[in-house]
Amino acid sequence: MSDDLRLPIKSDADVVTARQQGRELAARLGFGECELTLIATAISEVARNIVEYAGRGEVVLSLTDVNNSPGIIVVARDEGPGIPNLELALRDGYSTHGSLGLGLPGARRLMDEFEIVSEVGKGTTVTMKKWLPRHTMRFPLSPRR
Amino acid sequence: MQVPILKQGDYLIASVQAVLTDTDLLELRDRLTEQVGTYRARAVIIDLTVLDVMDSFATRTLRALAQSLRLRGAATVIVGIQPDVAFAMTQLGLQLGSVATALDLEEGLELLRRQERRGGSHVR
Repeated sequence: MSDDLRLPIKSDADVVTARQQGRELAARLGFGECELTLIATAISEVARNIVEYAGRGEVVLSLTDVNNSPGIIVVARDEGPGIPNLELALRDGYSTHGSLGLGLPGARRLMDEFEIVSEVGKGTTVTMKKWLPRHTMRFPLSPRR
Repeated sequence: MQVPILKQGDYLIASVQAVLTDTDLLELRDRLTEQVGTYRARAVIIDLTVLDVMDSFATRTLRALAQSLRLRGAATVIVGIQPDVAFAMTQLGLQLGSVATALDLEEGLELLRRQERRGGSHVR
């Protein structure tokens, strides 16, 4: 599957677009409503970090199928200032911008796999994956979207 | 997109109609804080039924909004948070703190009326 979707991120409107596109792409794989919201929320967090800390960057969305295990891959990349202390940045409640400090650690909890590479002065790349569960959990939701 | 704010008696009802950008949220915060004074409202209900995502920024903004409104003398009730959104918020570790919540608009109005009948102060 090569449905790579490259989305430039430079404003808060792009953050909304990225999470909507992510939801749509993941829905094609058959994720349930609940997981779609987890994925969209995680994308919202990492995309906002790009706008807030780097000013601009991109989110790349793609589908994968490793050993018959389908999933969605979200890569958020920027060439911003980088993160000096990753351990601290991944700690709940730590923020240098007066936010709640739950963005990165929260996104990590929402997804199945989470990897972050950052170099000061070079930029930051976050790679997150969510695998389609064999039994998708579903809340009995009425259609609203 | 601007969130419409309706006046109903002593209450203001902000009914979110579409997804919100960070700018929309901040604009809603400013407008509500101002209109509470203009209309001398005693409570504000924010209906989030159609909201797709409630992330850390939205949570922080709504929490701060409720605090500002309280300082202006009005109570806030947030209604309509959907099951999947609530679940994602929990996973993320987000809390609305002391902000009152209700299932939907109807329950939110009922919550405020109950407080009034009791003759006491509004929900905090």
